[in-house]
Amino acid sequence: MTEVRVTTPPEISGMGHRMKRKEDPRFLQGAGNYVDDVKLPGMLYLDIVRSPYAHAKILNIDTSQALAVPGVVAVITGKDLEAAGNLHWMPTLMSDTQMVLPTEKVVYYAQEVAAVVATDRYAAADGVELVEVAYEPLPAVVDPHEALKDEVIVRDDKEKKTNHIWHWEAGDQQATDQVFAEAAHVIKQSMYIPRIHVSSIETCGMVAHWDKIKEHLTVYMTSQAPHAHRTVFALVSGLPEQKIRVISPDIGGGFGGKVPVYPGYVCTIVASLVTGKPVKWMEDRSENLQADSFARDYHIEAEMAADADGKITGLRVKTVADHGAADAAANPSKFPAGLYSVVTGSYDLQAAHVAVDGVYTNKPPGGIAYRCSFRVTEAVHLIERMADIMAHDLGEDPADFRMKNFIKPEQFPYQSPTGWTYDSGNYHGALELAMEMVDYEGLRREQAEKRARGELMGIGISSFTEIVGAGPSHTFDILGLKMFDSCEIRIHPTGKAIARFGTKSQGQGHETTYAQIIAEELGIPAGDIQIEEGDTDTAPYGLGTYASRSTPVAGAATAIASRKILDKAKKIAAHLLEASEEDLVWDVNKFHVKGSPDQFKTIQDIAFAAYTNHPPGMEAGLEAVNYYDPPNLTFPFGSYICVVDIDKGTGEVHVRRFVAVDDCGNIINPLIVEGQIHGGLTMGLAPALYEEIVYDENGQNLSGTFMDYLLPTAVETPKWEVGKTITPSPHHPLGAKGIGESATVGAPPAIANAVVDALWHLGVRHVDIPITPEKVWKLLREHGVDE
Amino acid sequence: MIPGKFEYFAPQTLDEAVNLLSEHGYGAKILAGGQSLIPAMRFRLAVPEIVIDINRIGGLSAITESDGHLVIGALTREADVDESNLVRQKYPLLADTARVIADPLVRNLATVGGNLAHADPANDHPATMLAYGAEVVAVGPNGERTISIDDFFVDLFENSLADDEILREIRIPTPPADSGGAYVKMERKVGDFATAAVAVQLTVDGDTCTSARIGLTNVAPTPMRAMNAEAALIGQVLGDDAIRAAGVAAAAECDPSPDLRGSVEYKRDLVRIITMRAIRQALQRAKGG
Amino acid sequence: MAYPITLTVNGETHSVEVEPRLLLVHLIREQLNLTGTHIGCDTTSCGACTVIMDGRAVKSCTIFAVQANGRSVETIEGVAQNGQLHPIQEGFWEKHGLQCGYCTPGMIMTTKAFLAKNPDPTEEEIRWAISGNLCRCTGYVKIVEAIQYAADKMGAEEATV
Repeated sequence: MTEVRVTTPPEISGMGHRMKRKEDPRFLQGAGNYVDDVKLPGMLYLDIVRSPYAHAKILNIDTSQALAVPGVVAVITGKDLEAAGNLHWMPTLMSDTQMVLPTEKVVYYAQEVAAVVATDRYAAADGVELVEVAYEPLPAVVDPHEALKDEVIVRDDKEKKTNHIWHWEAGDQQATDQVFAEAAHVIKQSMYIPRIHVSSIETCGMVAHWDKIKEHLTVYMTSQAPHAHRTVFALVSGLPEQKIRVISPDIGGGFGGKVPVYPGYVCTIVASLVTGKPVKWMEDRSENLQADSFARDYHIEAEMAADADGKITGLRVKTVADHGAADAAANPSKFPAGLYSVVTGSYDLQAAHVAVDGVYTNKPPGGIAYRCSFRVTEAVHLIERMADIMAHDLGEDPADFRMKNFIKPEQFPYQSPTGWTYDSGNYHGALELAMEMVDYEGLRREQAEKRARGELMGIGISSFTEIVGAGPSHTFDILGLKMFDSCEIRIHPTGKAIARFGTKSQGQGHETTYAQIIAEELGIPAGDIQIEEGDTDTAPYGLGTYASRSTPVAGAATAIASRKILDKAKKIAAHLLEASEEDLVWDVNKFHVKGSPDQFKTIQDIAFAAYTNHPPGMEAGLEAVNYYDPPNLTFPFGSYICVVDIDKGTGEVHVRRFVAVDDCGNIINPLIVEGQIHGGLTMGLAPALYEEIVYDENGQNLSGTFMDYLLPTAVETPKWEVGKTITPSPHHPLGAKGIGESATVGAPPAIANAVVDALWHLGVRHVDIPITPEKVWKLLREHGVDE
Repeated sequence: MIPGKFEYFAPQTLDEAVNLLSEHGYGAKILAGGQSLIPAMRFRLAVPEIVIDINRIGGLSAITESDGHLVIGALTREADVDESNLVRQKYPLLADTARVIADPLVRNLATVGGNLAHADPANDHPATMLAYGAEVVAVGPNGERTISIDDFFVDLFENSLADDEILREIRIPTPPADSGGAYVKMERKVGDFATAAVAVQLTVDGDTCTSARIGLTNVAPTPMRAMNAEAALIGQVLGDDAIRAAGVAAAAECDPSPDLRGSVEYKRDLVRIITMRAIRQALQRAKGG
Repeated sequence: MAYPITLTVNGETHSVEVEPRLLLVHLIREQLNLTGTHIGCDTTSCGACTVIMDGRAVKSCTIFAVQANGRSVETIEGVAQNGQLHPIQEGFWEKHGLQCGYCTPGMIMTTKAFLAKNPDPTEEEIRWAISGNLCRCTGYVKIVEAIQYAADKMGAEEATV
């Protein structure tokens, strides 16, 4: 099924319409309201002194010269925060602890060491240059395997002097060992997925305003989860939660990077508390790249077992997870490795076992901040690479191999060997469509011809299953907060509406998509519905937007709240039409009496009546709120096919074509879904070929600006070709699954598989991403290939 | 991100600018396009006390042919070189080069003079000017002098101008008939400095090479000529053998440093590959292709 | 020390005194309160700060305000005329050429200067023209479509004049 379901006319613009976004006019005219646009009277500026060492004792901090700069009003150090009530340490979202500002030593390059507060940005920068910090450098441990030797301890504030943070397992080790023992084929592969940085074009920042008369703190913050942040600030600072207001205004991209609480935020709040004035902090790009939460950094050892017919039977995975100097990943609390155990992917296999060890190193803390659905990028990269290696090893076509091994449609809901219940899927359909769109047979013929001439062309497939929409309260929480989400709708007398949510868009189009859901459910034109998010004083509590959870959770809440309103509307309609509820039929935007379609009341009539003529005994008004506890996660999926040509002289990989077929269940707005896929594909291309955070052996960041941390431009980015299948989620009120991160998850292995496919006949089995020209060149020359 | 403080002057004439330089000496920096200077100042890697903005000085940004040379004013913006029909038609090596400097927005401000005077081996014009055998004209308190491009690059970020001299123009000898040139730049993405780049300008008589100059970008502490590679071409029939020999020679004589763009071995081999490609393209253009 | 400058921004003349080191982007955002021009990096890499100065699209983070003395600057706030969206703004809206909106003003200013010089570009020329503007949200496909829409509309409007 590939037809988008549309049941409302364009004037109402419910689900399925390619509605132009309601939020665009302000962005198009430079009238957005981002954190750096916020200006309050008397506002001060905060800038941060950062460590040039990855590991060093702090012997002394001399702030006298900085304080002498005209305009500098304060310099805050760790000792100041300690004296102010032990604010020099803070909890992370994973219940670890992290320094806000150090008192003893620094543990990562670019770590925050002191904060300068001044009357203008330029004076603050001058102040930062003049803070003198005396360091005694210590040996730094950068490799997590080295760190596990516990010779250099990163966190000597901990009771147990070890760099090993936690051990986590999923699946059945015994059953897996059994399957491997009986296997006809076993393959083994090490993979390293390096550290990358999400680099939204807007960096992180905050304006904190402590009003000392009202004893009230207002915080404008680049936040993907304003309510959770408010609760954390309340618990850490001791300020009463009703006296804290977090406003997440327009956000210039989040992708997970605006979920963690960074030391800069805490320093800014403290600076406002101390000075009694509003304080703004807006980090530079280099600060953002060098100190803020990273993603990936997984060292993987994987094994796959197959039987004599080439059916995958088992998967065994060991992983070392490099978390930097604190476990600051924003994972659900029972899942220190996120949803990594979805690693059996789209395949029906018998047994799997996954073991992960988290490790401290002298690098910035983190790390799942990069559009990854809690480690699903790592899981999918692993399984799709392994499936491809197995297919090639067995001499089977990678598409045929996948078709043979896919979970079949009739097997859904499917219980995976690591305990997930996949809601619905049609993996064969998605791959078939992708193969048709790209002319797979034609490409394989072309590849054979080119190979005979010594030309290197590769075709890579990635057939991924995503796992999003965290999550059911029985299993999921972050810092104890259950991962429900919310929608509150109020209909006005004139039939217009306002709706508020616990999520927070950073570009995903919520002002349009949520309106389209309400339009679908209640028949109120989407253009008549005001959508608000991000102000904790007015929005209902929610856990925010990341891990593709808005549509699955808050979208469901929107439908349920709408249906509560519809229930009440029916009662009002019955009253107005002098009929019984059983005799009423709902038709897009009105109730009519069964058999008499000209006896109707529109939702607008009903809304007006809710304030002017509601049934006796009924409360006036027409509104509802729903906090939705999802019964399960949702499982979007897709098949991507990538075609590459490799330059034998330079090693450059040219992505000639990339076809992406995605299935996110029922679609709210196809235009927005396409945009999410294009953007996600580009954030998959980038780590596959360009992005990597590089440290030297002393823990110095060598790629700390956009000169060396490479984001693709429109020239590097291919013209993405997208298609779709539609397999609704059976448990979601709208049958929708979410799409935000699918492409970032599915794209890198398609590209890696294409490169290896091009080189397999030379004896190449694997290349780690990013697949730089030099890596390819090295393989070519090692295997005797030149221009 | 925020530069240090400085005193600012915006002279209206070249003489005024030269006087300011004489007066303030080493502590003064010329601001032309600013696309290299200002980024360095924002990171406080450059902290000049005096900045002399020469953008108000007239007569420094024309592209004309005169006296057997293409004359480019030092303040000519890269975008103007890129869009010049004259350059595209008669100086394809220069057209190739201007097109790949940084990105289109930077090219709207960056100047040819600045690109050369910065003496950064990673900049693109130096190799191209070496391949053209260009010369630059500098103006100082004692008048003007012409400097051969071969004598212009002294060391990393050091050129042979005196502290009180400013570049006024660049002069490229108009190549004779049966000449061709090409610039091949390997970069990790648009806007990056070259991993390696090669500028070739050659003249043929039939199939035999009568002159060749080859400049290399970002594979040595200064912009350099690949003289051994040139020698492998001059007087030879430009078939596969000579071209391959030139590539091997260029790879051997360059001196790349390892960095995130590549290891020494990779950069050397890249130089081999793209030298061959640049020669082939220059040859094709020389033959009228 | 304060250096006096006079410049025209979106048709309005401003006379201000600035520190020589004040970056043009900060003059625009802070002193002139035009916050539509954004800052996205510190190495002249991202183009979020793009404005049009004397007809050329330039990165305002890599220009000192004093260099704009006597010059004419156009920012995103000056693109729509009399409450009417420019065809480029229309194109970005119709084609979903923006998501978070942060790179969008820079993209639009680059596009405006580009289409003035090249009113009928190929897709390759468009991608090349915006290669100094980074976007993390859209993957560029719909930005290219938006610019093509604008070129078509502006070409049609030209033809009817």
